[in-house]
Amino acid sequence: MLELIDTYWLYFLVGQYPQGPLGGLVLTILLSGAALVLAMPLGLLLGVARVSPYRAISLPVAGLVQVVRAVPLLLVLFWVYFFLPAVTGVKTSQATTMLMVLVVFDSVYLAEIVAAGMRALPKGQLESARSLGLGYGAALRHVVLPQTLRHGLPSIVNQLVSTIKATSLGYIIGLSEVSFIATQINTLVFTQAVEVYLILALTYFILCFGLSRLAFLLERRLQRPTAHLVQAS
Amino acid sequence: MIVLDKVNKYYGDYHALVDITERVENNEVLVVCGPSGSGKSTLIRTLNRLEEIDSGKIEIDGRDIHARGLDVNALRAGIGFVFQSFNLFPHLTVLENCTLAPVKLGRATKLEARDYAMQLLERVGLAHKRDAYPNALSGGQQQRVAIARALAMRPPIMLFDEPTSALDPEMVGEVLQVMRGLAGEGMTMVCVTHEMGFARDVADRVWFMAEGKILEQATPQEFFANPRHPRAQQFLADRRRD
Amino acid sequence: MLFDPSILQSGEYHGWLVQGFILSIQLTVISFAFALPFGALVAVMRTSTFAPLRALGATVVEAIRNVPLLAHLLFWYFAFPELLPESAREILYANNPEVVCAVIALTLYAGVHMAEDIRSGIRAVPATQLEAARSLGLGRAAAVRLVLLPQALRASVPPLLSQTVNLWKDTSVATVIGAAELMYQAARVETASFRSLEAFTFATLAYLTVSLVISLLAHLFQRRYPVRTT
Repeated sequence: MLELIDTYWLYFLVGQYPQGPLGGLVLTILLSGAALVLAMPLGLLLGVARVSPYRAISLPVAGLVQVVRAVPLLLVLFWVYFFLPAVTGVKTSQATTMLMVLVVFDSVYLAEIVAAGMRALPKGQLESARSLGLGYGAALRHVVLPQTLRHGLPSIVNQLVSTIKATSLGYIIGLSEVSFIATQINTLVFTQAVEVYLILALTYFILCFGLSRLAFLLERRLQRPTAHLVQAS
Repeated sequence: MIVLDKVNKYYGDYHALVDITERVENNEVLVVCGPSGSGKSTLIRTLNRLEEIDSGKIEIDGRDIHARGLDVNALRAGIGFVFQSFNLFPHLTVLENCTLAPVKLGRATKLEARDYAMQLLERVGLAHKRDAYPNALSGGQQQRVAIARALAMRPPIMLFDEPTSALDPEMVGEVLQVMRGLAGEGMTMVCVTHEMGFARDVADRVWFMAEGKILEQATPQEFFANPRHPRAQQFLADRRRD
Repeated sequence: MLFDPSILQSGEYHGWLVQGFILSIQLTVISFAFALPFGALVAVMRTSTFAPLRALGATVVEAIRNVPLLAHLLFWYFAFPELLPESAREILYANNPEVVCAVIALTLYAGVHMAEDIRSGIRAVPATQLEAARSLGLGRAAAVRLVLLPQALRASVPPLLSQTVNLWKDTSVATVIGAAELMYQAARVETASFRSLEAFTFATLAYLTVSLVISLLAHLFQRRYPVRTT
């Protein structure tokens, strides 16, 4: 096992970089992080739309969420990678395709997190902001969303974990993420399949479990009793 | 200053406000009291349109607050509202709570807003807490900050929706003291409250409400000594028993 | 680039797609059948009063949950057979190893997620319920069986149905080890005919329909058996 790690650790970590595009664990992490960051603005927008009292706004978003959650990510990946180039004439790289699809999925899940957080915030917060004369947009920006995002942070970290796991699907369209690299290593070495895939599993475990623990600790910190917050009946 | 003309509000089939027709004069301190479910909170919340009405007219400073094209935000900026549950912004310090609206609405520069907010916090006795977060304050302290926050917008009218009902008894006094101070300065105030002592001492008039109607309106002296409406008599008798 | 629905209705490609759809359904049903009892077992372990059992349950859940399904599939298909004795390996390879390994991976992955749903269902039942049952004289096992579990399961059904939708979608990943389910066949049709539009539309409609049917079931269940609290 140790010589295996010794020989291939760099390949596992960064793929063929710099002699080729970036791959491996670093690609997995960068793609996931980038997807989540890029999805935030859209997720915020969709989340706010989701709780809008105007059904003309909230229903289409609810519909979009339902549709995105009803189809496998892999299917969307296939659509974008195989079908879209025929329509647009532009063939996107595996990494770009993966990123686009991840952003779509992440923004939908982030929208749900934002919407849930907004619904959970006491009504009085928005009311007092509006009572001071702040418009709805200003009230969202300065009072509602800062609190929503703070309370939603554990869920957002969990969404990052989901995204990391989702990048593995890039394997199927030939993206050189870490599972793909592991299989390449397995093909080269051939006789140590168990070791290779155990290392792969362990890598994901450390990364994802570590982040989940972070989310858990964040959640605990947020629930620390806040003194003197008297709730009126 | 405030004119209500045949104001009605329904929640589904429930008639929450029934033909309310009354006036509040400039510099007047008005106390609205009555049993729970009488519509007092609903009424006061219609004044800054936190609740909408189904029929009738409300005028503030001569302007119909439901007129087409009226800027609701500007209306609310001109009315201070103090909530039963304080509703301070927990992610901002006490000082930031007070400066947020004036600055973001362009009413004052950051410096001006800070200075005025500090004056107000001095007045409510909490200048030393300016950098604290709301969750470090007691209920009474939070409510005093809430009053300062509302005053920071320099509104000509202050509305209080049961400001002391959520407080432990020993903290009620400090909030009432601030309110008395405001009344003494001539602020136009409408207060929904159960604090009869405050009503007796400070109010210019008392409205008694039950089942969505204003059943009696009188000066505190008249009201407490000689309530005319049987419901008002019942209400005061119950209160005296507590 | 015109949409030609004919291949969706008959012919060789149609046959492939239908076969793929059927296998996807089979994978879902078989995995579900194994995952639910596995999940229930793990949930009971995690809520046990015996600490080592709780620790074991937690370990199983975290170990499986934090690794993506694709990596599980790769492990069971490429690594696991190496661990088997020669004879067992031969039997595996002779009997649809792609499907067998897919079922194992899907069962474990869906199972631990179901375990968490059942566990939260158990936790949703107030402790006072068990106390009341015990006060009547019921032993712990009987109290769990007659009072706790029925209420826990009712609370668990909506998230479990949601998990079933996830399982249905996850069968698509089995394509990575060559299981000839719907995605595999859709890609196969695309390679053979370049008719990606029709093939992917078929797949999309199939996934959408089954997902929405399961979600509808969840919705109806919640309407008919709402969680009643005292």
